[in-house]
Amino acid sequence: MKDKKVLKYLILIIVSLVVLAILNNVLDSYQRRIVNLCAVYIILGLSMNLVNGFTGLFSLGQAGFMAVGAYTVSILTMTRQMKEMNFYMKPMMPFLLNLSSLNISFLPAYVNDFIWFLFALLMGGILAALFGLLVGAPVLKLTDDYLAIATLGFSEIIRIVIINLQTVTNGALGLKGIPVKTHLLWSWSIAILTIVFISLLMKGSYGKAFKAIREDEIAAKSMGINLFKHKVMSFSLGSFFAGVGGGLLAVSIGTIDPTLFKFALTFNILLIVVIGGMGNIWGTVASAIVVTIAMEALRFLDEPMNLGFMKTDALPGLRMVVFSLILMLVIIFKKDNALKANFERIRGRYAKN
Amino acid sequence: MLKIDDVTMQFGGVVAVNGFTAQIDEGQIVGLIGPNGAGKTTVFNVITGVYSPTKGRILYGPDLNEDITGKRSDQITNLGICRTFQNIRLFKELSVMDNVFIGNHLRLKSGLLSSLLRLPHYRKEEAEAYEKASYLLKKVGLYEEREEKAYSLPYGMQRRLEIARALATEPKLLLLDEPAAGMNPQETQDLMEFIVEIKDEFNLTIFLIEHHMDFVMGICEHIYVLDHGMMISQGNPSQVQTDQRVIEAYLGVE
Ligand SMILES: Nc1ncnc2c1ncn2[C@@H]1O[C@H](COP(=O)(O)OP(=O)(O)O)[C@@H](O)[C@H]1O
Ligand SMILES: [Mg+2]
Repeated sequence: MKDKKVLKYLILIIVSLVVLAILNNVLDSYQRRIVNLCAVYIILGLSMNLVNGFTGLFSLGQAGFMAVGAYTVSILTMTRQMKEMNFYMKPMMPFLLNLSSLNISFLPAYVNDFIWFLFALLMGGILAALFGLLVGAPVLKLTDDYLAIATLGFSEIIRIVIINLQTVTNGALGLKGIPVKTHLLWSWSIAILTIVFISLLMKGSYGKAFKAIREDEIAAKSMGINLFKHKVMSFSLGSFFAGVGGGLLAVSIGTIDPTLFKFALTFNILLIVVIGGMGNIWGTVASAIVVTIAMEALRFLDEPMNLGFMKTDALPGLRMVVFSLILMLVIIFKKDNALKANFERIRGRYAKN
Repeated sequence: MLKIDDVTMQFGGVVAVNGFTAQIDEGQIVGLIGPNGAGKTTVFNVITGVYSPTKGRILYGPDLNEDITGKRSDQITNLGICRTFQNIRLFKELSVMDNVFIGNHLRLKSGLLSSLLRLPHYRKEEAEAYEKASYLLKKVGLYEEREEKAYSLPYGMQRRLEIARALATEPKLLLLDEPAAGMNPQETQDLMEFIVEIKDEFNLTIFLIEHHMDFVMGICEHIYVLDHGMMISQGNPSQVQTDQRVIEAYLGVE
């Protein structure tokens, strides 16, 4: 019975991988990019859902953790020549410039490359998790009332740091020529791993403890659950996956700069989580795909439009307005208890003071 | 087992508990009664670390050598004190089974990684936890409802689920805050028998708050009476019942 279920999932995974391998050859590069972005947003959506949906914390730092992951992966995987070309304003720190990738002589180049890429991605995740710990722990130790503000602040601060740390990040110029990994199997394998990871986590005792904290903190601690420890656990894991997602984003688009990691990015992910359902894994997967595709499809909104009877100028940001409206409508009309509880909690807390 | 030593709990200007002293010995069922707002729940909140007392100490253990004053709730539960809540606090959106399963989380020895990889020793622990939860659910008569969400249960069942969840933490001292609230006489009678039964089966010591006088008088060996945060009487049921101060407090005579 149990083995049957495992088998069912294994088959599902294998079929998806085969389909993706085929799709990879059928789609053009623009379409491939969107399918890759879907995988990236699945990871990011699940990461945010772990923290906000399953554990009931309210974090808005996604873009910041992604930036950490994206820059880490880019710096680790870019070639020396590419780095020199990028850093024409101010040279890169020699240590980072000379950073050489893995080169085990008896292994073929693509195996070396594979291992090094996974290592870079892992480092991106770990570094993001460390930042998560640094930002989250002090806030979570006291009360998580201010987690939203602290993470939002962190997210902006990291952007400013990136802009100013020119010898490491190339500042506002950003990084170009990141070795891309556009084969669909890259991003999707990692998205599938993330789905499996979060599913196993939520099925086990720790995941259930996270949910208990979301449901009722006083009851949870009265049942012997160490609130601080579990919140930090959940938050660091969430930051880890945000870092991995950021790293994958960098290698799917090949160019990053600080403007990419503005609050709008966090907002997109929040939208995915809210539409998919707080604390709903498959809902998040589906909504990540829908929102990513919709975001591309609605790109025309930002451009000048000819409506026949009138012509509008380009309205950059109109797309975001539409998305904000969608978010508001979803929140108002969707009966989502976890989401409601989250907002109620926050409202209750601020109302108290 | 537990000694409450001259405990005072003040909220701003409100003195909810004022110099309360009590002792509970192993294997006893002890009652705490008093009119509404007397400070009974606050006593439980102080024992379980929800609040840190303004003054006084809480001592725990076979020789009362563990000072648990001001410890965190989860640490106190780890030491073997668990409670239920007057205004039921279940994990509402979770299943009945998961509510009890979570009660076992603090006893889990496997780490996060073994749980993720579902290593054999984690799987064994998890299977045991589910077995324990099933046993407890059968005990409180909720096994058939195990798949349902906690909030969908009728009130009386929710109270029993809270007791099952508390038992899953393997307490030595169980604190019950108005367990019979909202129950009819028959249910109250059943609950009394049930409490004696679990006390014997799990070697519990029980400290309970209750309004139903028959309940308290029928089941408790020793009773403390609070009024306006002060202990106005204590003794065995017949002593307390005939105490003039208790009668006055309940009748509201000044
Ligand atoms: N967190 C709190 N903040 C302020 N006042 C409180 C708090 N908790 C309890 N009180 C007050 O303490 C008094 C005793 O309450 P409680 O212990 O709940 O009484 P009981 O359980 O005996 O009915 C009440 O006056 C109540 O308003
Ligand atoms: Mg009370």
